[in-house]
Amino acid sequence: MEANALTAASPAVNDPSGTPTRVPVVDYLVLDEQPYIQAQCCNACGALYFDRRNACARCFATEFSPRRLAGTGKVRAFTVVHRAAPNIPAPYMSVVVDLDGGGVIKSNLLGVTDPQQIKAGQRIKLETFTAGVDDDGTEAIAFGYKMDGDEL
Amino acid sequence: MSSGDIWIIGASMTPFGRFADQDLIDLASTAAMDALKDAQTTMDQVGVLAMGNVYEANSHNGQRLQKQIGQTGIPVFNVVNACATGATAVRVAMMAIASGETDLGLAVGVEKMGKMGLLGGARKGRTKTEFTPNGRYGAVMKTEGILGTSLMPGVFAQAGTEYALRHGVSAEQFAKVAQKNHAHSVLNPLAQYRKEFSLAEILNAETISYPNTLPMCCPTGDGASAVVLVSDARLRTLDPDVRRRAVKISASVLTSDPWTESDQVQADINTLTRLAADQAYEKAGIGPEDLDLVELHDCFATAELLHYDNLRLCEPGGAGDFIDSGAPWRGGTTPVNVSGGLLSKGHPLGATGIANLYEVATHLRGEAGDRQVEGAKVGLTHVVGLASACAVHILEAAS
Ligand SMILES: [Zn+2]
Repeated sequence: MEANALTAASPAVNDPSGTPTRVPVVDYLVLDEQPYIQAQCCNACGALYFDRRNACARCFATEFSPRRLAGTGKVRAFTVVHRAAPNIPAPYMSVVVDLDGGGVIKSNLLGVTDPQQIKAGQRIKLETFTAGVDDDGTEAIAFGYKMDGDEL
Repeated sequence: MSSGDIWIIGASMTPFGRFADQDLIDLASTAAMDALKDAQTTMDQVGVLAMGNVYEANSHNGQRLQKQIGQTGIPVFNVVNACATGATAVRVAMMAIASGETDLGLAVGVEKMGKMGLLGGARKGRTKTEFTPNGRYGAVMKTEGILGTSLMPGVFAQAGTEYALRHGVSAEQFAKVAQKNHAHSVLNPLAQYRKEFSLAEILNAETISYPNTLPMCCPTGDGASAVVLVSDARLRTLDPDVRRRAVKISASVLTSDPWTESDQVQADINTLTRLAADQAYEKAGIGPEDLDLVELHDCFATAELLHYDNLRLCEPGGAGDFIDSGAPWRGGTTPVNVSGGLLSKGHPLGATGIANLYEVATHLRGEAGDRQVEGAKVGLTHVVGLASACAVHILEAAS
């Protein structure tokens, strides 16, 4: 498969009934009934990429295939951002996540701003939400993570 | 002394701070002239000029500098390489000397940032009326703050907590780094800030990006620095006083970030620092235990703690214990950032990687005044920028 096939990975979700169209905020989020993160996986070494690569940065092979990543994982790193970019409500928590079965991703940990709540190995799970609506009524769907207490 | 060695015979830095009355080229000219004077040489002797600058990198600053201090037709290299820009300029001049093209070179680093703010790179959010996929990730809006943070304070905070979750470092231990560097800066007349803070003051200050509070983040500012380099053969022909004050570059290593599983979402500052340090120790035949002082890249307090481990100054995983032990204080076993570091000396990007050579060289010459590390013979400098470039230099006193 060619690397640029990623651009077709997450088409806008059109509902024939006329309800607002939804688009993923980035194309590595796939808006299925159960939304998931999709990476391009190096066929030779298994390295994962969220964007297109001409050759694998790890092993230089040139063949990639899409791979569905897990919706669960563990917090690898975090910060609570108090001085945020313009128009971003603060404080909020950003996390780097080790996904179960491979892949590292960054997003917000939703609903938590107390750093003391994050322990080594803290489990989290994927959650999607509407990040914005444009003038045509199209919703941008973003992803973040929630604490996954049951599996801690 | 071996024939391949390259030496620093002149070093300078301007004070770091905010200088509304001086433009980029004024600052660079001051540093260049001071370094040439320190080396007891003049522009007509210089065979190569390397000029490091980040924010005005497309303005042929090296040639603009020549117009201020001497136009002689020599090759000029304008260099940009993130926070390793100044150090990279030094390497470019070194390579010209090592190749035999010339035996005397000048490297200058300069930056004029003013008060651009901690989030420097952040652009104003734009309001879109129609969601259209953009860029390599097909983003329909700006994702900073929505899909986590990738601004500098957040990146270095997350680098810190990754280490903390793995090795059990506390917010207080990170804060101790800032306490140390601010205390050190009081003795450095060239530092942008020279104010001591108590640990409580640091911990209770405004949180920028946990665990870093405001005094745990370096300021933006203006400044320049420069070094004059010569080959071993050229050094032998110079005045005894120049030879006595010469500082040997025992290792000069530049690295970029090798692939890691996480680097596409969180720029890596560790692997390339380890790579550079290991190569530099090997090249110089010097171990971390031999170092009398270290100037490392403390752009945030969290970063300095990680680099104790990356530069092998402490036991693996033991960076928290290392700061607790007092080892990196000026009177400790491995003084780190006696200049005040980036946290208080300041961090005009292009100047930083040469300013730390100036600092270490000044100690090795025994000319650091009140902040002198007594009897210093060997020192290490380190810079790392996103995403990612790292330079490590090991310097030794002449005798
Ligand atoms: Zn591969």
